[in-house]
Amino acid sequence: MKNRIEGKAYVLGDNIDTDQIIPAEHLVYSLSDEEESKKYGQFALSSVPLEQAGLPDGGIPFIKGDNHLSEFSIMIGGSNFGCGSSREHAPFALQKAGVKIVIAESYARIFYRNAVDGGFVIPYECTGKLKQEICTGDLLEIDVDRNILKNNTSGKEYHLKPLGDVLPIVEAGGIFEYARKTGMIES
Amino acid sequence: MAMTITEKILAKAAGKKEVKPGENIWLNVDTLMTHDVCGPPTFQIWQREFGEQAKIWDKEKLVVFPDHYIFTGDKHANRNVSLLQQFATQHNLPNYYDVGTERYKGVCHIALAEEGFNLPGTVLFGTDSHTCTSGAFGLFSTGVGNTDAAFILGTGKIWEKVPESMKFTFHGQMPKYLTAKDLILQILGDITTDGATYRAMEFDGEAVFSLSMNERMTLTNMAIEAGGMNGIIAADEVTQEYVKRRTNRSFEIFTSDPAAKYHSKYEYNVAQMEPVVAKPHSPDNRDTVRNVAGSKITKGYIGSCTGGKISDFKMACEILLNKTVKVPTFVVPGSTEVAALLETETYKGISLKEILLKAGCSLTKSSCAACLGGPADTIGRSVDHDIVVSTTNRNFPGRMGSKKSEVYLASAYTVAASAVNGVITDPRDFL
Repeated sequence: MKNRIEGKAYVLGDNIDTDQIIPAEHLVYSLSDEEESKKYGQFALSSVPLEQAGLPDGGIPFIKGDNHLSEFSIMIGGSNFGCGSSREHAPFALQKAGVKIVIAESYARIFYRNAVDGGFVIPYECTGKLKQEICTGDLLEIDVDRNILKNNTSGKEYHLKPLGDVLPIVEAGGIFEYARKTGMIES
Repeated sequence: MAMTITEKILAKAAGKKEVKPGENIWLNVDTLMTHDVCGPPTFQIWQREFGEQAKIWDKEKLVVFPDHYIFTGDKHANRNVSLLQQFATQHNLPNYYDVGTERYKGVCHIALAEEGFNLPGTVLFGTDSHTCTSGAFGLFSTGVGNTDAAFILGTGKIWEKVPESMKFTFHGQMPKYLTAKDLILQILGDITTDGATYRAMEFDGEAVFSLSMNERMTLTNMAIEAGGMNGIIAADEVTQEYVKRRTNRSFEIFTSDPAAKYHSKYEYNVAQMEPVVAKPHSPDNRDTVRNVAGSKITKGYIGSCTGGKISDFKMACEILLNKTVKVPTFVVPGSTEVAALLETETYKGISLKEILLKAGCSLTKSSCAACLGGPADTIGRSVDHDIVVSTTNRNFPGRMGSKKSEVYLASAYTVAASAVNGVITDPRDFL
């Protein structure tokens, strides 16, 4: 895990569910085939209503045209991020689109587990309502060791909640790497 | 130490005398369930991580139901079913329920009950968020992703944080017009879609224990809609009778200690409750049917793990007998067993199937179908600005297909009454 991550912010509201992150009709593509799995990046966040996509103004598509990579790599969400289905395709789709970190007020359990155990994106929790402080396109910098978020566009700094119990799994890169490191399964 | 039913079951699965909320523990898993959407990637991760030596920890404990995208021409969806077939053949899986054979079941959560895998006191994980349904049988059940499922497949173990429990007690006798769907939508409106995040939702009270297993499953099914880790109802005589009819597998009954600690407790008197809906676009956007009566609809839908059980079709038929629907209404039996029962179960001497067809409903084959939209050729999928009244579980934007469509979640009574009038209708007008 890199200890400093930089990128452009993409801001969303509360209750971003997995159907908005990756609509069910797209769950048919291979996740292991390098070329085919790019479709997950291409359709990431494609069901977010346009007026709520890229806050505060909205109307900013996460993916432009037929691309599978987004220009935004840090997701800012509200409460209950990733609610809904158990589809691991959701954090996978964000990763395929180039997202490194999600910072939300709270998460739905299965999305959070999937993000951590699959090593797809780092799910940080923030204190307060970051979605009202940060604008889509702001340049952000995260110091992972110190749990600090710096908004280089506004110059403001914020403390993020430490990853706590899941930190060893996040640092290992996922549950299998963690289990091998700790001798639970053979390496 | 006094413990809740959830804590007792988790302690047993962790090999501990007691566990406390917030504690991270490793569990020995009793049952792992997967389906056509998440099975292939789960098996792929398992192969990648365990390599040539990859072994399934216990084939008897793995259950695979193709159910999501079955009756479609979508080549990628069909490929997923083929991948399940190949894996099942290669590993000689005893609990695989193949498409196109007599073993085919339909929706996994209903099939788990029918095939006797919902064993009180056990721990069941599934690659589907509605795996919490099985908790109606007094077991711990919850959804996980592909990576966690692959880990279980190879080791039989998984970590979990012991949840705090919330208790929902329903007092009184269920009025005729009230259903389990109304009870859970009431709770969702009260606690919202993240009101139970990372917590157990325990259902109790004489009204709950007066319900059939099918109706109890509707309650636990939607625990995930409040963010719940699991939904649970202690096993009673009704549960044991159901389970023993389905399997010889052993089980153990747990109940909460009277002094067990809860995060919070909610009490309801069912005599004072009335039919409710969740309006677009969230399962917690509750309103009484009375308040939204007369609202326009373009489609009716009765199906899914939530509202596609025989009990749901019985309710619908009570209203649909000798009536015709004014909007296209899709009827999707949750399982092949439910589909067969539609032909043998009757209301006022007429088979449910005949009542549904005479009313003008479109009857389709058992699968998850349009509950989650699905491939473009899925029957009943919402199109354009459809307004659907549905017995399913989610009404997020785009959930049933079209991003422009709207979905009202309701009981089978309310869906049937609304379909007959072509506008949202309180079922008490018919009952």
